[in-house]
Amino acid sequence: MELQTLTYLVVGATFALYIGIAIWARAGSTKDFYVAGGGVHPVTNGMATAADWMSAASFISMAGLISNMGYGGGLFLMGWTGGYVLMACLLAPYLRKFGKFTVPAFIADRYYSKTAAAVAVICLLVMSITYIIGQMTGVGVTFSRFLGVTNETGIYLGMGIVFCYAVFGGMKGITYTQVAQYCVLISAYTIPAIFISFQLTGIPLPQLGLGGTLAGTDTTLLARLDQVVTDIGFGQYTTSVAGSTLNMFVYTISLMIGTAGLPHVIIRFFTVPTVAAARSSAGWALVFIAILYTTAPAVAAMARYNLISTVHPNVLTGEQLVVQDGGLVYDQRPDWMQRWEVTGLLRWEDKNNDGRIQYYNDRNPAMAERAAAVGWAGNELTVNADIIVLANPEIALLPNWVIALVAAGGVAAALSTAAGLLLAISSAFSHDLLKKIFMPTLSEKGELMAGKIAMAFSIVLAGWLGLNPPGFAAGTVALAFGIAACSIFPALMMGIFNKKMNKEGAIAGMIAGLIVTLFYVFAHKGIFFVKGTEYLGLIGGANSFFGITPEAFGTIGALVNFGTAYVVSKITPACPEHITHMVEDVRTPRGSKAIDGAH
Amino acid sequence: MDKSGQAYWYAVLKLVAGILGVWALVSYGFGILLAPALNNIMIGGYPFGFWWAQQGSMYVFIALIFIYARLMGNLDRKFDVHEE
Repeated sequence: MELQTLTYLVVGATFALYIGIAIWARAGSTKDFYVAGGGVHPVTNGMATAADWMSAASFISMAGLISNMGYGGGLFLMGWTGGYVLMACLLAPYLRKFGKFTVPAFIADRYYSKTAAAVAVICLLVMSITYIIGQMTGVGVTFSRFLGVTNETGIYLGMGIVFCYAVFGGMKGITYTQVAQYCVLISAYTIPAIFISFQLTGIPLPQLGLGGTLAGTDTTLLARLDQVVTDIGFGQYTTSVAGSTLNMFVYTISLMIGTAGLPHVIIRFFTVPTVAAARSSAGWALVFIAILYTTAPAVAAMARYNLISTVHPNVLTGEQLVVQDGGLVYDQRPDWMQRWEVTGLLRWEDKNNDGRIQYYNDRNPAMAERAAAVGWAGNELTVNADIIVLANPEIALLPNWVIALVAAGGVAAALSTAAGLLLAISSAFSHDLLKKIFMPTLSEKGELMAGKIAMAFSIVLAGWLGLNPPGFAAGTVALAFGIAACSIFPALMMGIFNKKMNKEGAIAGMIAGLIVTLFYVFAHKGIFFVKGTEYLGLIGGANSFFGITPEAFGTIGALVNFGTAYVVSKITPACPEHITHMVEDVRTPRGSKAIDGAH
Repeated sequence: MDKSGQAYWYAVLKLVAGILGVWALVSYGFGILLAPALNNIMIGGYPFGFWWAQQGSMYVFIALIFIYARLMGNLDRKFDVHEE
């Protein structure tokens, strides 16, 4: 069957499935809407959390970035999985014992302050919107290629669909929809990886294939890849670090503590039956996540190898790459390149007019010299990192049904996370901000309505900003993690592990952490990510703080948060006694009650 | 907090410190700081430091959470604070 038709069919069928589940499980009361009636099994919850968690950034974007970065890309892998250890040990069981079902509700009670809750809601909204921008970037890339529409139309379509099931479904719809989405996206990710791993190394399991030897030779894949990329002037694949080791270190920390502070993931651990279940739920979530995350580095390395051997056919014959008349003849390029050229995300420019594609690192002076000697006039091929995963099965010439399945997976990943985030936004706005702080008389119906309006507003805003995204999907999402890391995580952690932390300390800490981080991020990416409002001059150039990139800056923000909170708590009135007792109570599992949904 | 409660909390903190010690060792230690040195060793076609950063640390993370959940369950019962 024609690829285009098949794609419509597969994507359409999965949509029908999700929407069907959402309608079938349509939420009734407010409590149902948020926490799916309380009792969700840890394994089910783990799977739903995994789908919720693995967004367009993980599915579409991450392997592409690793593919470009090589070894240094491991920061995404360690950062986005290591956070679960922190969550399981430091937060989830205690928040579950506390028995509230949103993060601001915990902050409000623990810090006996509506102001603290309001600050937390603001942090949460900034973080969630940034995150959704990243999702919209991913949705745009997916639709632009597979449905043959422009990036813009892709984003509009995605906005409409996310709105439908987030608004009509609620959490219950989302929990079961997300189980279905997990199944779709994990098969979409692993099936092509298995095919490709088998093609290249003869080992079907990608996790082992990555360490395998290339079929028909006795060179390992990684050794050959190192050789090929250095031949065309890039850094060695297995050792390259993007930026400095310090930056990789703090970037990883930022992603880890950001993970543990993500409200839409934490909310999942309020929905398990017991404190013990909250502990193991994080483990189950990580099992399901790791299936994708341990496959991703194989996808990354194999895609890099396949891409280079496509444009430099000499890779396969073992001949020199940098030679006169080297590179693929443009007119003989494979179909997939033509298809991606339409989206503008893959571009070729014949700089030396020889009708061949020369792909190499022309920013490496030694390489540029070698290339010039054989008549190459600069790198001619630009490939957007966000297309690597989606193009991967095409590059490896896999059957059309696999390509269609990957499209469905990409859409599932982007939509599931957006829906979970929208839910966190809606509950933060309508319940924690309006009902608890500004309009205590708001009816249940009014609250639901306000929540839906907040969702609609966020979708429109994120979609609009997504038209001019601040970076690749994974990079934008990393920014969101930095924001969670600098604001929410320290407040939660101190709330449990420091009995003496008072409201003044927590509020000052959150505000200081958020402001410092946003100041640095906006300097690079524009004020509220609006293009053209960057103020790099003010901070002395890009990455001026010890070479730390804006995506990694959340760690610094978190340190500022902890430090400010500590100092302020020392010079302001002590935390009241009933609060210290409450914290002591939260630390023991006994007496955990059903979730307090009454309001 | 009474005496037993305090003893329980110290036991919990000790356990968490142990878990997070391993957590930091495999990721920040093996995966980042020691990776260049470990890359001299090859394991199943992988340079070892590279393997920790892109595979190994994740497997250890999973194990850590289940070990933590299990040991916490034991602690809860030992100090008689488990859920009924």
